[in-house]
Amino acid sequence: MQARLPTQITLKVNRSEHTVRVDPATPLLFVLNDELGLRGPRFGCGRAQCGSCTVILRGQVVRSCVMPVSAVGSDEITTLEGLGTPERLHPIQQAFIDEGAAQCGFCLSGVILTAKAVLDVKPEASDQEIRDALGGVLCRCFSHTRMMRAIRRYAEEKKHGSFPS
Amino acid sequence: MAPSRREFLKGCGALIVSFSAASLTQMSASGQGQFETHSSDIDPAKLDSWLAVGADGIITAYTGKCDFGQGIFTAQTQLVAEELCVPITRVKLIECDTSVTPDQGTTSGSQSTPTNFNSENLALAAATAREALLSMAAEKLGESVDDLTLADGVITGKSGRQIKYEDLVGSKRFEIPLSTTAKRRSVGQWTVLGKPVPSLDRVALMTGQFEFLHHVRVPEMLHGRVVRPPEMGATVAHVDEQSVRDISGLTKIVVRKDFVGVVAETQFQAVLAARQLAVRWNPGPELPKQSTFFGYLKGQPSHDALSVDSGDVGSKLATASNVVRATYTYPYQMHGSLGASCAVADVQPDHATVWSSTQSAYPTRSIVAKLLNLPVDSVRVIYVRGSGCYGLNGADAASFDAALLSQAVGRPVRLQFSRQDEMMWENFGSACRIEHRAGMTPDGRIMAWDRENWVASLGSRPGYDQPGNVISGMLIGYPPAPLRPGPAKAPTGRLRNGSNTVPSYFAGCVGETCDGGGTIRSERALTHTVRSPFFTGPLRSPLRIQNTFANECFMDELCAHAKADPVAFRLRHLYDARTIAVLEAAAKASQWKPRPSPISGAVRTGVVTGRGIACVAYEGQNGYAALVAEVTVDLDKGIVHPRRFVLALDCGPISNPDGLRNQIEGGILQGMSRSLVEEVTWSDRRITSIDWTTYRSLYLDYEMPTIESVFVTPPGVRATGAGETTITITPAAIGNAIFDAAGIRLRDLPFTPERVRAAALETINGPQETKI
Repeated sequence: MQARLPTQITLKVNRSEHTVRVDPATPLLFVLNDELGLRGPRFGCGRAQCGSCTVILRGQVVRSCVMPVSAVGSDEITTLEGLGTPERLHPIQQAFIDEGAAQCGFCLSGVILTAKAVLDVKPEASDQEIRDALGGVLCRCFSHTRMMRAIRRYAEEKKHGSFPS
Repeated sequence: MAPSRREFLKGCGALIVSFSAASLTQMSASGQGQFETHSSDIDPAKLDSWLAVGADGIITAYTGKCDFGQGIFTAQTQLVAEELCVPITRVKLIECDTSVTPDQGTTSGSQSTPTNFNSENLALAAATAREALLSMAAEKLGESVDDLTLADGVITGKSGRQIKYEDLVGSKRFEIPLSTTAKRRSVGQWTVLGKPVPSLDRVALMTGQFEFLHHVRVPEMLHGRVVRPPEMGATVAHVDEQSVRDISGLTKIVVRKDFVGVVAETQFQAVLAARQLAVRWNPGPELPKQSTFFGYLKGQPSHDALSVDSGDVGSKLATASNVVRATYTYPYQMHGSLGASCAVADVQPDHATVWSSTQSAYPTRSIVAKLLNLPVDSVRVIYVRGSGCYGLNGADAASFDAALLSQAVGRPVRLQFSRQDEMMWENFGSACRIEHRAGMTPDGRIMAWDRENWVASLGSRPGYDQPGNVISGMLIGYPPAPLRPGPAKAPTGRLRNGSNTVPSYFAGCVGETCDGGGTIRSERALTHTVRSPFFTGPLRSPLRIQNTFANECFMDELCAHAKADPVAFRLRHLYDARTIAVLEAAAKASQWKPRPSPISGAVRTGVVTGRGIACVAYEGQNGYAALVAEVTVDLDKGIVHPRRFVLALDCGPISNPDGLRNQIEGGILQGMSRSLVEEVTWSDRRITSIDWTTYRSLYLDYEMPTIESVFVTPPGVRATGAGETTITITPAAIGNAIFDAAGIRLRDLPFTPERVRAAALETINGPQETKI
């Protein structure tokens, strides 16, 4: 990580465009938190080891704490708040609400976005496949059981087409 | 079938119709609004310190117990709604803000429920307010209080005339003391308490709108990072300011004795500056070797204390037909909060504000005032939730550091720890060594039990006047609270078992009074507190988990010695009715089949299965639990995998069963992670557990066991804590299940594959090495 001169960068985040003037080496997470005021991604470890800073980019989950903002390009970033709002919840958010699948909730970007990403690619994913995808996601309150239940609930509803994908 | 959300909105029988998820989102996300700075002497004896009725009918309640994920925000909201007979949507709870909430010390030790949900403090305030409002209404309506009915914040007289709370007191102060006779609504009357109300933060959390401390930003704010020493005891030799002159946006390098920090315009610049700043450190002392640490601990000067001493243990053991001895060890473990700690401080020449995730708002205010040399009344600490803390994580240190940096630059500073700052320098859960000796009668009873433990301790919570109890204070020159070595005095007064040093089976006799839970009269429990090379502090179930691991596993050893069933053998030595009740309930719920451990026909290879049990009277009287664990043990790979847990819990009346289950599940699974993988490591000079590859925790890919729980609630008892009870017995339940499965007794945590394999070899070949 080296300091570079500030550059104007345009980011597409949660369906809207934002132009910021930052050092292009700045981790994406700092831009999302400090420049755009987003609360979904959070600083957990700064080492891509816990998942707190997870966002979705090009259909993949990425760790925004280690991704330079300059590497994002013109593709859209989706954060936890971009998935759905309290008034229009995404079904996976609804499943987590119904199961009460959180304690402190700090880890939720990693848990919810990673689960959504794997089920988007493979709606019929087995429990083992879902767990494998969550291998780098940490919850220190250990809400694991409820989270898996919520993910499974979402997966079942998705499979049976209870809602549009 | 769970009751619907709508049912929880009833307040004493009335329904409120307007409800949407969004309204609750806003309430929890913006619960900590801006307030005028009040004087600091918020008198807890006055009703107005706890509660206000607004002109809009909203009840604002002020609590000194904060939520960091354990659900106490929702439960306290329910409590106020219940006592005032209003829907929960009409209660606005303000947590831990030194300008408006009463000083309730620290939110810790499973004390929030016993403190605020019985007949004192917040519960008493709410009951006082209800009675006061009824009296006012009676006067206004010219009727007797007994003829009034109360629903949904509206008081109705016999005549049918109605009056609302806000019309009685709206926006005015009550100006009355807390009543000592105000009556809580009884458990049988509850319509909001006791129900599984979904936690109020849920929608905001799941949609990424919840405001954590990590998101707090204030105008004119700069960003700070600290540059910590490489090792404990290292001191600053030289700071080369030139080394960071190329970093634009760098505002200041702050050096105060051994405290080094940087302040910059952006977070990224602060990270770069902290990384690049060249600091030469004088080395700290060499550390005791980790491989022989528990032997080292025994040889150190210690402060000694006797919890109980019947005086005849030595002579009884000399006459016993059999004496069983065992030594247990428990490693240093971390809080390991998911979010590295942070804080925002705005220090001006004559006042300061700190946004902090500390569990101790008022104590933190006192320490910040001391560090900044400001009068305590001119400092305001506002609690904002960080990531789950499980005890004294880096939140206090981050708050102090943010204040120091802000004072140095005269502008608000947000201080963010790196993962390494957090992990190297937090106050770890203490490492402990526990030795047991017990004498058995020929008919398989315990006749005497001698217990001695060594606790590694340095620092702890800073309280109101010990900044040096955490790293920040020590770096600027405040020493940690001193350890004064000395022999133990004979115990006096009544048995104090707050750390669960004394096993549940001791009679616990001090003088003429026996407050223990058991029948063993020949008893001794001696604790040696030794200076730790690292900071230590309360970590979920502090010392209780270490002690209970050793006590409950050793009890199992004695049971195996007597070739008795682990439940029956425990019952044989128990006296306390509530501990007996949970033990029996857990056995019943798990369909426990009585037999001695290990299971007959245990093999030495392949995968074996077993079950174990452990129980505790938490802190002697703050909750009762028994846990059955079922595990598989892969003897070739050395892998222990818990498959099922069955819990019986008695925590008195339950405020929110869903919140309680969440705590139970988290407690057991966190206890499992601590049993299987968690251990702080160090080299000759420094802590080497500095991130999630060097300090392990079970990730979300772990195939979790099932958890079943039953609640035992005797009538008429007080509410106890429940956040730490289950984690306390998890390591022992797993350890006992491993023994049952494989005949392997693991006395050192965590239960690593290396240890399992070594123990399996030992059962075949005899002891491989002498334990130090």
